[in-house]
Amino acid sequence: MAEEVKLFGACGSPFSSRIQVALKLKGISYEYIEEDLTNKSPLLLKYNPIHKQIPVLLHNGKPIVESLVILEYIDETWKANPILPEDPCDRATARFWAKYIDEKCVAAAGKAFWAKEKEREKAVEEAWDCLKTLEGALKDKKFAGGETLGLVDIAANFIAFWLRSFQEIFGVELLTEEKFPDLFKWSEEYVEHPIIKEYLPSRDELIVFLNKRLQNLNLK
Amino acid sequence: MAKSDVKLLGAWTSPFAMRPRIALNIKSVDYEFQEEDWLVSKSELLLKSNPVHKKVPVLIHAGNPICESLIIVQYIDEVWSSGPSILPSDPYDRATARFWSAYIDDKWFPSMVAFLFAQEEDAKKAAIAQMEEGLVPLEEAFGKCSKGKAFFGGDRIGFLDIAFGCFLGWLRVIEKAGGIELLNETQTPSPLKWAERFSSDIAVKELLPDTDKLAEFRKKAQAKMTANN
Repeated sequence: MAEEVKLFGACGSPFSSRIQVALKLKGISYEYIEEDLTNKSPLLLKYNPIHKQIPVLLHNGKPIVESLVILEYIDETWKANPILPEDPCDRATARFWAKYIDEKCVAAAGKAFWAKEKEREKAVEEAWDCLKTLEGALKDKKFAGGETLGLVDIAANFIAFWLRSFQEIFGVELLTEEKFPDLFKWSEEYVEHPIIKEYLPSRDELIVFLNKRLQNLNLK
Repeated sequence: MAKSDVKLLGAWTSPFAMRPRIALNIKSVDYEFQEEDWLVSKSELLLKSNPVHKKVPVLIHAGNPICESLIIVQYIDEVWSSGPSILPSDPYDRATARFWSAYIDDKWFPSMVAFLFAQEEDAKKAAIAQMEEGLVPLEEAFGKCSKGKAFFGGDRIGFLDIAFGCFLGWLRVIEKAGGIELLNETQTPSPLKWAERFSSDIAVKELLPDTDKLAEFRKKAQAKMTANN
């Protein structure tokens, strides 16, 4: 049966970018469908009725949603260039840090960026705590950070690129060289990785993405 | 494998801590259980083994700590691979099981917490409505995952059964306290029947806490947390 792979994504979304990186790593051909998040397509709503979000991977007509779930699916379906390590203990560690990034770091960073003036200081402190934990994980070599990209590297795209871009746009300092030298250095190298680089939005694209987000949140 | 090689830090009141215990039972793995009385204090071992979250459950296997309940369950499934499988074998079914488990933890569980901590009647009512609404998709999910069999995992208890079933103890406490049926004949007939089967399963039976005991504990915990504030 001919493989049919489609990806519903949005330019500017770190979660969408993750899947593109993984598909590229595995050498999988796919059709990319750009979603306007202020005007979601009927197909998107059909394939992800619960969350109504991108990314959605469609494989031979079957939808898979939630970026970390999609990454594991991709790894289990296409065996070349494994994203997860073989050893169960290492796999558990990779899953732990990917989850930490999404549940704690992305959330904390979001809070810090969108916080109202009086809540900002506390939100920034919490985001710093997350980054401090990540800096520790990096020192313990929990991210591969090398030639091969693993689950945690792929998930950390938010930290290396989006967080740093947003902090410039919002004027909220989170990941600085002074506070987190190792994480900062890692992020500089990370965005130069050829596969990662290919799926990073330009500054303009990021601003468009943010504006659409604002529209959705009705904060304008 | 020697019992001392496998240790689980947990708490009888924690649905999350129940998950790896069910998994270890399914695999017939002997383990040492350490009860953490988290209302009082957290043990040195817990703080050392899970420095990031400082929470149960933690599985310590051959000296290595594994944290986060569903990550532990997957670890158990991968290490003790000769026992009955917990995750389905097909990648799409695995993705489906992981999706619904994440849904339960990220979308549904917060409404349960909201009820348990709500002080005002309005807040309680809102949380109950959210919990009820949140359970409705599980009717269809059960149909798709079980494929006509007894459990989300098929003939036997699997990943999603464990992920959702661990909340039945607290669910019953809430039903009693609120005088409601969260799982009911009208909206969730399949999960309702499944809940009975799950609760009587040999890997689960002894682990589900007694509803009244849990309700007692809830009172104690509420009193303590109010005092701390």
